[in-house]
Amino acid sequence: MATKILIPAPLRPYTDNLEAVEIEGSNVGEVMRNLIARYGELKRHLYTEDGKLRNFVNVYLNDEDVRTLAQGDNTPVGEQAVISIVPAIAGGL
Amino acid sequence: MLNLDTSQVSLSREEMERFSRHLILPEVGLEGQKRLKAGKVLCIGTGGLGSPLLLYLAAAGVGRIGIVDFDVVDVSNLQRQVIHGTSWVGKPKVESAKNRILEINPHCQVDVYNTALKAHNALELFANYDVIVDGTDNFPTRYLVNDACVLTGKPNVYGSIFRFEGQATVFNYEDGPNYRDLYPEPPPPGLVPSCAEGGVLGILPGIIGLIQATETVKILLGIGTTLSGRLLLYDALKMSFRELKLRKNPATPPITQLIDYEQFCGIPQATEQASQAEIPEISVAELKARMDAGQDFVLVDVRNPNEWEIGRIPGAHLIPLPQIENGDGVEQVRKLLNGSELIVHCKSGVRSAKALKILQTAGIQGKNLRGGILAWAEAYDPSIPKY
Repeated sequence: MATKILIPAPLRPYTDNLEAVEIEGSNVGEVMRNLIARYGELKRHLYTEDGKLRNFVNVYLNDEDVRTLAQGDNTPVGEQAVISIVPAIAGGL
Repeated sequence: MLNLDTSQVSLSREEMERFSRHLILPEVGLEGQKRLKAGKVLCIGTGGLGSPLLLYLAAAGVGRIGIVDFDVVDVSNLQRQVIHGTSWVGKPKVESAKNRILEINPHCQVDVYNTALKAHNALELFANYDVIVDGTDNFPTRYLVNDACVLTGKPNVYGSIFRFEGQATVFNYEDGPNYRDLYPEPPPPGLVPSCAEGGVLGILPGIIGLIQATETVKILLGIGTTLSGRLLLYDALKMSFRELKLRKNPATPPITQLIDYEQFCGIPQATEQASQAEIPEISVAELKARMDAGQDFVLVDVRNPNEWEIGRIPGAHLIPLPQIENGDGVEQVRKLLNGSELIVHCKSGVRSAKALKILQTAGIQGKNLRGGILAWAEAYDPSIPKY
């Protein structure tokens, strides 16, 4: 089953400029692993060298921060689920 | 609800007329208008976000507005920083903003701070205001604003923008989450492009800034449901608004004091200079001399195609940085070189240094054009606009 992942503007250079991609996987962790397997350049922008999600990037399953979910990365993705990647942006001027 | 003392506040006949559309709103009314007049708002930055929100806070009748900015108005600001006008180019932004605010609402008390917000002045400044609005443009100041709001117990009305997208929320309000609950740490320098580098749709900060103004007015009035606990995402191209839940993170260490935010955001000056020093540089004068002498070299421009359309250095080859980052561009450079010397440039020298670092790891050496095409335009080609 493919899950829709919304890609924010700062990361689109690493997903062939796509704003959304469909990725297979049964839970959030698997979908994200398959995402960075397909778009290798994304990996260093999302994860530290020891594989932890970077502290200035949040991943949401629908409207919930995956880090706050009881099952975290192992949370199953539902039929209509949307995953959002939301990095910190600082612009204001 | 904020504790605002309206016992000493009165509205003149002129003010009653001015704010009549508020006074007839049952949710605002005379008491609400007095709360706005009693309210003290500090806006950090009078740029893309600060400009529109200050205009509306002034018009709405906020009694006292503080503005912090160290910058002067530049002609490239006018595309979005609507509080400033053409005749103010070159003059301090805080003075320009004050002038416009008083033109809109002469009853407003405007405090100007023509200075940068730093750890040594933030707490003292924040103490005099009820609501802090974050219209800054960099991570160190955003963490500083957040931490100082937490330490002084002030709500932080947050907005930020990038190209066509924006984020807005309210931090540290009624025991709600703060910026560190959303993002515990900033990205390392260079990983996220700035608006100056990445561009921004001029109208975008208008939308996000007015969401901030709306939240500020709601907090002062004590009405409605604020964005506290919700992160609002706006996409201008799709014209979509989405909401994500934002909770306090129990793992976030408590904020007990202000810190060195430049260092926290990984901007130690010495390291920056050292990493720059690894990349050899060439001046525009040396480049010109080589061109005039007909020397053999390859000039690569790593800017984006739309920047290339604005202007270019004669003989340059366009290979945008993203292509170098994904590897295709590295091979293009290798083919072009064929034994020649490599010189790389961008707008001002940051992206070309990044490109040269990537090329170095692929075994390709080259020189960075110091100051980029802006320096070239300044010295040799006034026909290239300074964008």
